Amino acid sequence: MATFPEYIAQNEERDGVRFSWNVWPSSRLEATRMVVPVAALFTPLKERPDLPPIQYEPVLCSRATCRAVLNPLCQVDYRAKLWACNFCYQRNQFPPSYAGISEVNQPAELLPQFSTIEYVVQRGPQMPLVFLYVVDTCMEDEDLQALKESLQMSLSLLPPTALVGLITFGRMVQVHELGCEGISKSYVFRGTKDLNAKQLQEMLGLTKPSATQGRGPQTAQQPLSNRFLQPVQKIDMNLTDLLGELQRDPWPVTQGKRPLRSLGVAMSIAVGLLECTFPNTGARIMTFIGGPATQGPGMVVGDELKTPIRSWHDIEKDNAKFMKKATKHYESLANRASTNGHIIDIYACALDQTGLLEMKCCANYTGGYMVMADSFNTSLFKQTFQRVFTKDVQGSFKMAFAATLEVKTSREIKVSGAIGPCVSLNAKGPCVSENEIGTGGTCQWKICGLDPSTTLALYFEVVNQHNAPIPQGGRGAIQFVTQYQHSSGQRRIRVTTTARNWADAQTQIQSIAASFDQEAAAILMARLAVYRAETEEGPDVLRWLDRQLIRLFMFHLRRSPFLQVFNNSPDESSYYRHQFNRQDLTQALIMIQPVLYAYSFNGPPEPVLLDSSSILPDRILLMDTFFQILIYHGETVAQWRKAGYQDMPEYENFKHLLQAPVDDAQELLHTRFPMPRYIDTEHGGSQARFLLSKVNPSQTHNNMYAWGQESGAPILTDDVSLQVFMDHLKKLAVSSAA
Amino acid sequence: MNVNQHTPMASPYGQPQPGYSQPGYAPLDGGYPAPYAPYNGPASAYQPGAPPQGYSPFTSFPSKAVTANPVSDLSSPLDLGPARGPPASGPPPVSAPQPYNQYSHSQGDMQNGPPTMTQAPPRPAASQPYNPGAMNLSGPHPSYPQHYGPPSTIQQVTNQMTGMQIASGPPTPAGPGYAPPHSSQPPVSTAYSAAPPPSYTQAIPPVSSAPTQPPPPSGPATSQQYYGGPPPSSQQPFNSSLPPTSQQQFTSSAPPPPSSQQTFPPTSYSGPVPPPSQAPAPPVSQSQQSFPPTQPPFSSAPPPVSQPAFLSGPPPPVQGSFPPRAPPPSSQPGSFPPPGPPPTSTSSQYPGPMPPQQQPPLSQPSPYHSGPPPPRAQMPPTSMPQSNHLPPGPQGPPGPPGPLQQPPPQPGMQGGYPPQQNGAFGQVRGPQPGYAGPYPGQPNYGAPAPAPAPAPPAQKRLDPDAIPSPIQVIEDDKAKSTEPFTTGVRGQAPPLVTTNFQVKDQGNASPRFIRCTAYNMPCTADMAKQSQVPLAAVIKPLATLPPDETPPYVVDHGEGGPIRCNRCKAYMCPYMQFIEGGRRFQCGFCSCVTEVPPHYFQHLDHTGKRVDCYDRPELSLGSYEFLATVDYCKNNKLPQPPAFVFLIDVSYNAVKSGMVSIVCQELKTLLDYLPRENPEMDSVVRVGFVTYNKVLHFYNVKSSLAQPQMLVVSDVSDMFVPLLDGFLVNVNESRLVIESLLDQIPEMFADTRETETVFGPVIQAGLEALKAADCAGKLFVFHTSLPIAEAPGKLKNREDKKLIGTDKEKSLFQPQVGFYNNLAKECVAQGCCVDLFLFPNQYVDVATLGVVPVSTGGSVYKYTYFQAQSDQERFLNDLRRDIQKPVGFDAVMRVRTSTGIRATDFYGSFFMSNTTDVELAGLDCDKAITVEFKHDDKLSEETGALMQCAMLYTSCSGQRRLRIHNMAVNCCSQLADLYRNCETDTIINFFSKYAFRGILNNPTKAVRDTLVNQCAQILACYRKNCASPSSAGQLILPECMKLLPVYLNCVLKSDVLLPGADVSLDDRAYLRQLISCMDVAETHVFFYPRLLPLMKLESGSLPVAVRDSEERLSKGGVYLLETGLHLFLWVGASAQQELLLNIFGTQSFSQIDPSMTSLPVLDNPFSQRLREIIDSFRAQRSRYMKLMVVKQEDRAELIFRHFLVEDKSASGGASYVDFLCHMHKEIRQLLS
Repeated sequence: MATFPEYIAQNEERDGVRFSWNVWPSSRLEATRMVVPVAALFTPLKERPDLPPIQYEPVLCSRATCRAVLNPLCQVDYRAKLWACNFCYQRNQFPPSYAGISEVNQPAELLPQFSTIEYVVQRGPQMPLVFLYVVDTCMEDEDLQALKESLQMSLSLLPPTALVGLITFGRMVQVHELGCEGISKSYVFRGTKDLNAKQLQEMLGLTKPSATQGRGPQTAQQPLSNRFLQPVQKIDMNLTDLLGELQRDPWPVTQGKRPLRSLGVAMSIAVGLLECTFPNTGARIMTFIGGPATQGPGMVVGDELKTPIRSWHDIEKDNAKFMKKATKHYESLANRASTNGHIIDIYACALDQTGLLEMKCCANYTGGYMVMADSFNTSLFKQTFQRVFTKDVQGSFKMAFAATLEVKTSREIKVSGAIGPCVSLNAKGPCVSENEIGTGGTCQWKICGLDPSTTLALYFEVVNQHNAPIPQGGRGAIQFVTQYQHSSGQRRIRVTTTARNWADAQTQIQSIAASFDQEAAAILMARLAVYRAETEEGPDVLRWLDRQLIRLFMFHLRRSPFLQVFNNSPDESSYYRHQFNRQDLTQALIMIQPVLYAYSFNGPPEPVLLDSSSILPDRILLMDTFFQILIYHGETVAQWRKAGYQDMPEYENFKHLLQAPVDDAQELLHTRFPMPRYIDTEHGGSQARFLLSKVNPSQTHNNMYAWGQESGAPILTDDVSLQVFMDHLKKLAVSSAA
Repeated sequence: MNVNQHTPMASPYGQPQPGYSQPGYAPLDGGYPAPYAPYNGPASAYQPGAPPQGYSPFTSFPSKAVTANPVSDLSSPLDLGPARGPPASGPPPVSAPQPYNQYSHSQGDMQNGPPTMTQAPPRPAASQPYNPGAMNLSGPHPSYPQHYGPPSTIQQVTNQMTGMQIASGPPTPAGPGYAPPHSSQPPVSTAYSAAPPPSYTQAIPPVSSAPTQPPPPSGPATSQQYYGGPPPSSQQPFNSSLPPTSQQQFTSSAPPPPSSQQTFPPTSYSGPVPPPSQAPAPPVSQSQQSFPPTQPPFSSAPPPVSQPAFLSGPPPPVQGSFPPRAPPPSSQPGSFPPPGPPPTSTSSQYPGPMPPQQQPPLSQPSPYHSGPPPPRAQMPPTSMPQSNHLPPGPQGPPGPPGPLQQPPPQPGMQGGYPPQQNGAFGQVRGPQPGYAGPYPGQPNYGAPAPAPAPAPPAQKRLDPDAIPSPIQVIEDDKAKSTEPFTTGVRGQAPPLVTTNFQVKDQGNASPRFIRCTAYNMPCTADMAKQSQVPLAAVIKPLATLPPDETPPYVVDHGEGGPIRCNRCKAYMCPYMQFIEGGRRFQCGFCSCVTEVPPHYFQHLDHTGKRVDCYDRPELSLGSYEFLATVDYCKNNKLPQPPAFVFLIDVSYNAVKSGMVSIVCQELKTLLDYLPRENPEMDSVVRVGFVTYNKVLHFYNVKSSLAQPQMLVVSDVSDMFVPLLDGFLVNVNESRLVIESLLDQIPEMFADTRETETVFGPVIQAGLEALKAADCAGKLFVFHTSLPIAEAPGKLKNREDKKLIGTDKEKSLFQPQVGFYNNLAKECVAQGCCVDLFLFPNQYVDVATLGVVPVSTGGSVYKYTYFQAQSDQERFLNDLRRDIQKPVGFDAVMRVRTSTGIRATDFYGSFFMSNTTDVELAGLDCDKAITVEFKHDDKLSEETGALMQCAMLYTSCSGQRRLRIHNMAVNCCSQLADLYRNCETDTIINFFSKYAFRGILNNPTKAVRDTLVNQCAQILACYRKNCASPSSAGQLILPECMKLLPVYLNCVLKSDVLLPGADVSLDDRAYLRQLISCMDVAETHVFFYPRLLPLMKLESGSLPVAVRDSEERLSKGGVYLLETGLHLFLWVGASAQQELLLNIFGTQSFSQIDPSMTSLPVLDNPFSQRLREIIDSFRAQRSRYMKLMVVKQEDRAELIFRHFLVEDKSASGGASYVDFLCHMHKEIRQLLS
């Protein structure tokens, strides 16, 4: 048997699962004493190029309350053609198609290496992908131009059969009819009045399809397009022209006012349009906004420039008068969209806040993207947007739609909840714990938008009673069943079945301790902390966190934008938290504790401590915080560079030194989504603040002389350093009063 | 009496009359014969049945008798009473004569006192013989009741006749006539000179009396009852009986011999009534008729003499005609024979009338001179002159009169008459055409004709020719108005609207801008109340002037704005009196003294006038404009140029009818003709386009676009404008895009299946667009159907024929939802005028849809069952005119007046948020506003009454201006002065608007009654206070209001107030709204259509119109009828081939295609001239009139007949004659 780290890595590699504990305490009492719950980070669509989808459907346990999928952990009686469900112990007959089964002729799902397996559902029609652009026109001409170009470009990236639609908004909301000859038509709506789907349906004249829809079987025959959503191949030119003709919102904006932006209604109409035309079909509503909503439902700020958009300060003082209402509006939209399996993406590009705080649930509930940038005319936006349409080796989008995740557990363990870009489907079942953590009370969640890195945190509760020992060698199993619409239009089911050993905490405490996955636990606890931070007051969360088990990550977590709102706008906080909640473990770790590499003439690049002591004059530092990639030239290096040594042939090595971090940064930039902010700075540069705010302030203006060290750069902060934090922590850890 | 008065009143008329009378007479003689014949027909009928019963009818007789007595004048009203009483006594046939006499006596006593007495005796004597005649008379009586109700014309006529007779006959003549009889001629003449007009009025009175008989009203009821019983069958009886009475009367009158004869003339009036029954009278034109009666009496007594006279003069013709008639009434003959002579007498009557006026008629004079004639002559004369007025009376009776009248003639003819009567009626009508011929004289009648007319009426029922003729009045006025009309003289009534005249502005506004009901306003409220004459002005602030008149000058008073009175804020005008060497001025309205601003100071000359008086329009003219400063602008901001928004219904019906493509096609060219002030420049008016069905489609037609953009707004519950830039554009800049759009619209909706429409949101959309652009403007809405789609302003079909005639009928004229009222208010606030073009295939609720257009100064056009092929021309011409016509926006009009009166009520298309300011989102050159004034203090005769209408508006070039119209009228403390200087056309304009508004809140019947009452009061007041004393039975009308009854009747029987079964609610609502903003000329022709005979056309002048009655149509002729909304070409069944060839290019009547909407272009002078005339008519009116060719006897003739307003209408409207009788009755009731 491999070491735990290896085991963990292997599991992650194969199943996309990382548990906080890899050996589970066998009783509830012991489990609660462990502080960190049994929990897992699960990446449903973990990229598995080596895993060919199986062209048939899974075999399910026949017990109505179970319906678990046949998996390698099941006991199979090849002679009787029976299999026993490892969750409910139900004995099931194999279906007729498995008649030829035998020890030597096993179907893939019984092979141990196929603990994760993907089925393709053959039934049902292939649904087209739907992309609905919702475009703000209240922005500077340059921005708008850049955005138009990006959108036009995106048309070429879409599969020809994909349906596209266009809604533009400013003071009014326009739903454009596509494919009109001679005259361009659009339906216009007032930006101040919300409409429900039925009203919208009538107003857009979409009532006919619904009339014929009638019953179940008929539903399938829905027209695959309508006047507003048409196949790319058909209206490519038309839409390109239409986008080209988009003008900045013509309504006059007087001095001292913000343009009237009907974002709330625009999104509502987008949601309504898809709701009444393509319910339960994968669709992306891609919203491009250049500023905050300033009128109608969902407005987050008035149109008077003299009243700034709410800050954390305002929110604390309960001074953000639009926030609650707007949040409610967007929440209801998010719920409607998620119910129908539609994704809402938000691409917010503005120097000021745009109301992401209020809108966050749209992306969070539906698995949509949230991208924040300063302008549409930046590579950050352009490349990020382009990367949305990235394709895998098979040429399909790396995105999946309208997924549901179901969790099945052994009897001894139940699921408490999930934290991630999902909504509850409110499916009660035997494996649902009464104890809720995150989005709980269900064993099924809906994830409208998925990509290979989307990761959910799932929390479990051991329910086995202390007096009901588990037989030696017993294993607890958990099965994740993810049904989703593949970007090819197919419905697919991915099943991951995983099992861990039980251990008696009293006798086998070492093995349990050894099975602890520090990284996973840190992220799981961080998610929990962030979740609480979102729903509770800030300081309380810190206090809670402090009471929990704490390690290094916790120090950084405390200082991270996920929990600290100081120096961050509400929008930024929302943005960071959004990303944190959906990224996989590696990325999440980076977010909490940025990675710092040092480049110098002293040797190959090396990771260094995220500490002020690492900031040395003759080094080039590369920091990756996930959101930013920063290259920092030490004082000396900066001077050299300024002097132009890199251009001299004799100092080619210096040139290489300068180039090395840039190359590494490019590599990171290419793979990351969303595209990080790329910063190239040097000692004393204003942008260096990004670095200085992250490192451990081991040296500050308070203690810089006390150590008398020559190295490092003092950080001007009153925050405690890790050293102080640890000292304090040790004290607390040993005091019983903690 | 009346005559005299009248004459004095109408002194001017009086003079002309003489002339008329002469000519008239001549023609009459010739023409009359024929008329008689027809009349005889009816008469005969009467006689047969009636005679025996007649007596019982006596009741009726009495009336007739009364009428006979009436001859004496006063008797008429009384007569009615007695008459009724008598009926009970009925039996008396034989005695009847006596009773009559008695009655007459009693009545006479009542009425005339002495005259009757004198008459009475004679009558009795003659009465017996006359009995037959009496029978006839009775006939008439019965008719009365019927008249009121729906009685047969004949009955009605008789009724009227009776009434008429009563009134007319006795009254005038009786009094004065009798006394001076012999010498009468002289007197007559004097009377004439003095009162030729009066005579008319008098004559009329009788008529009216006849109408009054129409019993319907008050007296009527009872009378009706009486009549009621007998009417139908009784009619005949009555007739018979009546005749007797008449005869009796006659006889009685006759007996009185000379004097009686003299009375006769009067009797003739009264007589006429009876005569009609007798038939004789009728045949001959009225005059003859009248004569007959007189003759009868004469016959008995002096007949011979009269006859001789006739013989000498007109006899031949008369006799000729008479003879036939005479024969029939063989029975009567005996008695009649004497009458026979009457014919001559008739002539004598003519002469009589003539004489008075002009003794001219050669023959006539002689009669008069001859024995009895003189007196008669006098009488007649009076009657003659009166005839104008009288006519009504006579006419009323016409139906019955016919018979009655005939009888009289018969008497003359004696044997001949009876037959004539019988056949006569039929014949008469046939002959009528002939009448027309003879009538030529009629025109003459117009003025003098009255006299002749009166006479005839008496004989028949009322002879239509004997009652005031609109045509005559119009022609007279034309003849009189040869000089340009100068406005400098205060209180001078302008020529009629039907007259072409030039106006010279010398200090008062041109009548084209302002017309008043009275140019002599009563000084006190009491007077005004007593007279009941409405004090109102019809103001058409932006009226188009003919090319030879200068449009109002624009005056700029600089930055300070126009100079105004400090207190009442009246604008500088000629009525401001400069004092203190020119340093101050005193306001003519409120007398407040205001400093003259230094820059405006000017020295005064020795008369106290500023020396620059004639350099400044505001000091010397009645109409001019001021440039307004920014203070006069909304929000203190100079206005933007206005915009036109076209909103086109593209629902299934609109597309299918072809409307959409027609509009789009036409707009492409029409947009080059948007209104502009300087023809050299492009219009600054911007345009925008919207189409709609259940949702609205806005179009972005910005010049920079390659193709138009359509923006659909389906959220109609909360309308807004989806775009700002590119919706309202300059036509020239965006021409290509606009044309592309207009090309595409019909295609885009070619296969639409949407049938539902919205309406409220459509207007809201236009309004919002104007709001967004911050300008005033006009919406052109092209709409097809009831807006039933879910939206604000949604309507439901509420057309319910069952409500018509009930108290709930009014609700049908009210908007069914309040939404549009509020919307209208908003529109007005923004200066958004709405023109609505409707293309309905069914009920669309014009009453509701029209609210906004009407409140915003817009127009409603309606093209029911629109068919591209046949209606396109009319629609496009309307559209073109509507778009191109001069228009002002965002206007506020205020009328200031001298202290003492005050503008209290306003009628028209506008909105008022307070009691003084008329707010008009838009006002075009065709819209008039009627303003009613009331006293709140005394006026002085010295200063007169001043009014200043100031209208602040934005011109089509976006300039803010004030248009000022000043008007000064005289004030009077004598009612007579008031009645001397009124304008009936304007009064009718006021009445119609008043009534059409009234039906919003009152049952239609109540409104009609109110109108009749007020009219009766006006006339009664005149009769009581201004007319010389005379028999109450006489209808006396003021000269300038003698057409009031006929016009009022037209108003009463309009589709709005008296709908026929085939008139839809929408049509009524449409007309109601249409009339609310008509000016006087339009209402005039609308209510009394112009009917031109086309047998001969001369270049340069129009043929003289004929009266709107079927009797005036000749089978062999072709007529053109114009109402301002409709244009008919009526082709007689036996029209001359040459005529048809000239007009239609075909010789055969049957080959004329009645569906043609325009005449073939033929290369002959006749065709050219006819088309010229039609074109000129169309050019005169604000709406294009589609030509309808109506062939006689064709089904379409029903529609055409509807516009023959002097006839009974299919919907139950009274004929002119009937109504006149009714009116007379009303008046008598008021007087008694």
